[in-house]
Amino acid sequence: MEKVTEKWASKVNELIIGATQKEGGTRSSVIKVGGATTLPFLHFEGVIPNPPAIAMEVWDMEPPDWPAVLREPFRDVLGDPVEWAKKCVNEYGADFLCLRLASTSPDTKNNSPEEAARTVKRVLEAVSVPLMIIGCNQAEKDTEVIPIVSEAARGENCLVGIAVQANYKTITAACQSGGHSVIAESPIDINLAKQLNILISDMGFPLEKIVMHPATGALGYGLEYTYSIMERSRLAALQGDKMMSMPMVNFVGQEVWRAKEAKTSEEEVPEWGPLASRGPLWEATTAVSYLQAGADILVMCHPKAIDSVKKTIEELMKK
Amino acid sequence: MFVIGERINGMFENVAMAIKEGDKATIQDLALKQMEAGADALDVNVGPAAEDPLRTMEWLVKTISEVTDAPLAIDTPKFEVMEAGLKLCKNKAIINSTSGDREKLDKLLPLAKKYNASIIGLTMNKSGIPQNAESRAEIAAQIVMYAQEQGIDMNELYIDAVILPVNVAQDHSREVLDTIRQCKLLCDPPPKTILGLSNVSQKTLDRSLVNRTYLAMAIACGLDAAILDPLDKDLMDSMITAELLMGKQIYCDNYLEAYKKK
Repeated sequence: MEKVTEKWASKVNELIIGATQKEGGTRSSVIKVGGATTLPFLHFEGVIPNPPAIAMEVWDMEPPDWPAVLREPFRDVLGDPVEWAKKCVNEYGADFLCLRLASTSPDTKNNSPEEAARTVKRVLEAVSVPLMIIGCNQAEKDTEVIPIVSEAARGENCLVGIAVQANYKTITAACQSGGHSVIAESPIDINLAKQLNILISDMGFPLEKIVMHPATGALGYGLEYTYSIMERSRLAALQGDKMMSMPMVNFVGQEVWRAKEAKTSEEEVPEWGPLASRGPLWEATTAVSYLQAGADILVMCHPKAIDSVKKTIEELMKK
Repeated sequence: MFVIGERINGMFENVAMAIKEGDKATIQDLALKQMEAGADALDVNVGPAAEDPLRTMEWLVKTISEVTDAPLAIDTPKFEVMEAGLKLCKNKAIINSTSGDREKLDKLLPLAKKYNASIIGLTMNKSGIPQNAESRAEIAAQIVMYAQEQGIDMNELYIDAVILPVNVAQDHSREVLDTIRQCKLLCDPPPKTILGLSNVSQKTLDRSLVNRTYLAMAIACGLDAAILDPLDKDLMDSMITAELLMGKQIYCDNYLEAYKKK
């Protein structure tokens, strides 16, 4: 039977996150994502130089809504971002962390940019893996926090977010100044995603340092919508659209652990089976679906889910 | 869409003058301006009044190659001039053009093969330009058949359905659009389609308006390439918009800018 392969016109941008001493940072390793010349994992058709990366979430405060099944692996460190980060790296083998500055939200502690910057510096000192840094996802507060935080992390080549239509100018300028890459988010709308990339590029920010977040839906909560946007984006990239050639990120943990399927105990809903495996399974399944859509970075929470997805990635990367 | 810039043609006064005076700068400036405006390739035509077409073609190709690696469409009816131009092309070349006449095909198709060049085939022959789409498609089918016999890939063949000026041959506008559609059905994969766009507006009062309207219509019929004036901004914007409407790029509010940033 004839093997039918595509010859794509272009490829996904390759991005390095983290800077070692040689590059002016203090990381002991870097993360490389993107660079594929074909659709996800089709090794027979093209080159997939980098496996998708998993960033483990660390919050700068105790998450108020995490279910017991998710709190358990971090039970003694939840309130301390430094210890939490160390646990992720030393005990759970994380090679990439996502520091979420949730305490800066007006809805939680409304912490100041300066406090956030202090936390970022402490985490950077405590662990030497590359860092993603995100604000509280409230556009206005983030414009106050991200510039200060970006400066505190200057030289470490972090992946910083989140830039949305309402605040992209400030966030992009902050990343530009601190030497970081930026996460550009759009509300499950491919046209707005493309437009945001152009606007960011118009500021003189390099296209190659943008990571797209098409807004993540958990399994059962809009995964298909995000999936189809990501698929179309990836196809456009391979067909040569430079405005869509960026690596993509999904905030899997953030979405999954809000879902009742990941939080509700088996006492309440016996048909759903034990939460201890169900929760991580919901996260892992969501994550793996996004791998097929072209996710280059997955931001995840539960160590069991992460382990499972890591093994899946290893299998998928076998040629 | 694959855009071939038409401005380096001796029929334009500035080019004729530059050729006469050996003025490289004007030619090179035209080459670079067209590429900057979005051309993917450059048509090279010595013009009807060239004293020594062969030497002039060589001079033009060399001059242009000094400033750009763009593919060049060697535009001449004379075989020796064609070969002279092809010989000097450092990168991809396009033979502009052959007709459906057997004698021409027998000489130019092997030339395309020899120089690994693409080739434009006009749907006309010794009997002239056919009146309707069916007859044009017939000639296209013959060109396709001979090209396939010579082992030429359909990706390298551009069928030109020969558009005539709307002020003298108005019926042909529709027939050419039909021919473009029919070319897609000739074989799988089909040959590409191309138009010498500016011909449609010859001697009309608002050439730009006629050109860009026709281009949009042709793109809707599946046109793959065109020889046109990329320095006509309205024309290029129309082209980008027509392609957008055909789903060729993802829409965003600044879609014109996005296309140009490619």
